[in-house]
Amino acid sequence: MSDYQAPVREMMFVLRELAGIDAVATLPAYTDATADVVEAVLGEAAQLAADVIAPTNAIGDRAGTRIQNGGVVVPPEFIDVYRQFTAGGWAGLSLDAGMGGQGLPYAVGVAAEEIWQAANLAWALCPLLTQAAARTIESHGSATLRRTYVQRMASGEWTGTMNLTEPQAGSDLAAVRTQAVREGDHYRVSGQKIFITWGDHDMADNIVHLVLARLPDAEAGTRGTSLFLVPKFLVNPDGSIGARNGVAPVSVEHKLGIHGSPTCVMAFDNAIGYLVGEEGRGLACMFTMMNHARLGVGLEGIAISERSYQKARAYARDRVQGRTADGRSRAIIGHPDVRRMVVTMKSQIEAMRAAAYCVAADLDFAHHAPDPAARARHQARVDLLIPVIKGWCTETAQQLTSIGLQVHGGMGYVEETGVAQYYRDARITTIYEGTTGIQAGDFVGRKILRDGGTALQALIADMRATVRELKAGGERLAVIAAGLERGVAALAASAAWLAGNWQRHPAIPGAASYHLLMLTGVLLGAWQHGRSALAAVRLLGAGGGDRAFLEARLATAAFYATQILPQAEASRQAIVAGSDDLLALPENQL
Amino acid sequence: MAVDVGGLSPYDWGPTIRAACFGCGKSMKKIMVCLKRVVDYNVRVRVKADGTGVVTDGVKMSINPFDEIALEEALRIRERGGAAEVVVVTIGPADCQQQLRTGLAMGADRAILVEHGTELEPLAVAGLLLKLVEKEHPDLVIVGKQAIDDDCNQTGQMLAALWDRPQATFASKLEVDGDRIRVTREVDAGLEVIEADLPAVVTTDLRLNEPRYVKLPDIMKAKKKPLEILAAGSLGAALEPSLRTTGYAPPPERQKGAMVADVDALVGALRDKGFLG
Repeated sequence: MSDYQAPVREMMFVLRELAGIDAVATLPAYTDATADVVEAVLGEAAQLAADVIAPTNAIGDRAGTRIQNGGVVVPPEFIDVYRQFTAGGWAGLSLDAGMGGQGLPYAVGVAAEEIWQAANLAWALCPLLTQAAARTIESHGSATLRRTYVQRMASGEWTGTMNLTEPQAGSDLAAVRTQAVREGDHYRVSGQKIFITWGDHDMADNIVHLVLARLPDAEAGTRGTSLFLVPKFLVNPDGSIGARNGVAPVSVEHKLGIHGSPTCVMAFDNAIGYLVGEEGRGLACMFTMMNHARLGVGLEGIAISERSYQKARAYARDRVQGRTADGRSRAIIGHPDVRRMVVTMKSQIEAMRAAAYCVAADLDFAHHAPDPAARARHQARVDLLIPVIKGWCTETAQQLTSIGLQVHGGMGYVEETGVAQYYRDARITTIYEGTTGIQAGDFVGRKILRDGGTALQALIADMRATVRELKAGGERLAVIAAGLERGVAALAASAAWLAGNWQRHPAIPGAASYHLLMLTGVLLGAWQHGRSALAAVRLLGAGGGDRAFLEARLATAAFYATQILPQAEASRQAIVAGSDDLLALPENQL
Repeated sequence: MAVDVGGLSPYDWGPTIRAACFGCGKSMKKIMVCLKRVVDYNVRVRVKADGTGVVTDGVKMSINPFDEIALEEALRIRERGGAAEVVVVTIGPADCQQQLRTGLAMGADRAILVEHGTELEPLAVAGLLLKLVEKEHPDLVIVGKQAIDDDCNQTGQMLAALWDRPQATFASKLEVDGDRIRVTREVDAGLEVIEADLPAVVTTDLRLNEPRYVKLPDIMKAKKKPLEILAAGSLGAALEPSLRTTGYAPPPERQKGAMVADVDALVGALRDKGFLG
């Protein structure tokens, strides 16, 4: 039996009761996505993940990748997994049918993504990036580029990459130096890129690089960058693969985690490239993909935490050590402190999953709702919460994968046990696709202060509505209602303080940003637990379903309200303390 | 067309027979595959607190693995031109549609659910399957040798008897040659190869094949394939149970072992417990 079994029942509960998959399936684009089909899709994805993908996770961690004869070689098991994955038609699950995808909603796509990432995070980055690149070409590329590349990427026959970072241009992409020079109907691209995930490999016939570069006459700053499509192999007019293009991997990085994912330094030497979108609009093209990409990395935090949780739970049930105070259990799961660790993992994973899937459903409505006002409302919610999902879920994953290791005691620190890999693999998620600091700055600056807090106030109003429902729901929901009410008050007070004080000192928004992001995330989780508890009470009252599962939802929500949610108040205190203490130390005393 | 009969078979088919087999002979019109919905093999089965059965609420349910092998075999025969149609059938509550849809997603052409709310004994199941056989006229019926829940290992044999047609049980290799089949059976002494005339019933063993993974586009297509629902009571088969279940209980927990000093002590201990005469 595989050590990873996707929690399909839990996923279906979230999709049905919280993310509103039935409502998503009423959108004209998604009429096929009825709950029974979605359950079948996730069930089969879970099977493939358990039997085929998950067993390669430790193999990739040990073997890593290397450069041989000018190309990257990945573990042979990865090639077989990729073949089965693409042959099964999984690569284009949530891409539009017009692109050659299966046209399922993104709300289903995130659940499938969570499954692949939990099974093998390092490997799953390749299909994830390929999808993102295909969406970018579909949104901004010329008809010729779309015709030549998109379908073959949606099927997974070819893979895609994002070539943005350079040594001097990390979080600040305006500093990009890679050059592109016009030459007839195409460009010549030269320069060096670093940290290129799956920049080269031997799993597919061609690799389509999206490269951020600067034209010789470009203005300085972000408006001076343009986006280019640079294929590893040129493609002939008949679609067949032609000559090798001037792009090659120079080296692969030695990293703390995700060893199976080749992180390449890429050299572009007079490579033929094709403009994607308009000149000078490179970053704008990338930004359209950012919501998917950042939500995708937030999911990685959830996925790797789930994998760690499953291992920790199994160990805690099996490991016999001492005897509990009441003498009833010899397995360590009977000890209150071990129980605390396992429930801490479970309750936060459920909180994050519900929050992330709901944002994915918002994305579906934002793209496909017939009513323009509804589209705008959902888009505002997406824009507000994407940095929270990315930042909060990945930061929480650091704690949870660490707890997963802690449950194992000394055995967790031993690599052979396997739980250390999740801890190491999780570490990148707060860094790439915009660090937590970048997410927090985006959240406070662009998403709250810029619209005067309108989107945030709409979220707070929705949360207060849930508080009212919980209060009317009787004794069983009282603890959950009280916790959520206190949490919402902490967020409202923080937002009010920020609105009144942010102009007082230029450092205030930055100083508050991390705390406000984490407060919002922790509270978002409590809100979803509250909604989940309401659904559980309703289903229990109707007499259907799995009573033990529904009772567990209630108990988990209550645990979250009393044991996790108090963090919200701590964040509020840090926020309203302002930036003075942060800046009090001179740099030479740091 | 040459056929590799593999190292398992003690038979030498010879060049003449080879020329006549697989896809070159008459192709079957229809294969019927019987599926059973069971608790997934990954689930640790628990007995209900009141001892009336095992817990199935919220438990993952799947196609009985032996039946999945049966369906895979039928699909492979159809894919190499040996049959025109594969029909999957099951008997049970409405929830069983989920397993039939999985069967359709694997590649079956259509499905029949015989709806029935309570547990049926193998003879009743075989009786209902006989009614379906009389309705569908399959050339071949393939079923798993047993279900992993009750491990009865009876339905296929009973169906063959009621139908008065040949049976080939515990198949680890199945070859079709016109209106005959050649089946390698896993028996206690090793492997046995038998031939039978069609129509016939084959029950599958574990090593017959490795079922495919379902493809995503096929899951979407499965929803549009025909699924017929019949009421069990309308088929005129006897459904009354002949057995009465008095209770379910988990096996007793393993007792802690004891070390003995030497062989004499061991023999003495075994004798004390009545294991030695």
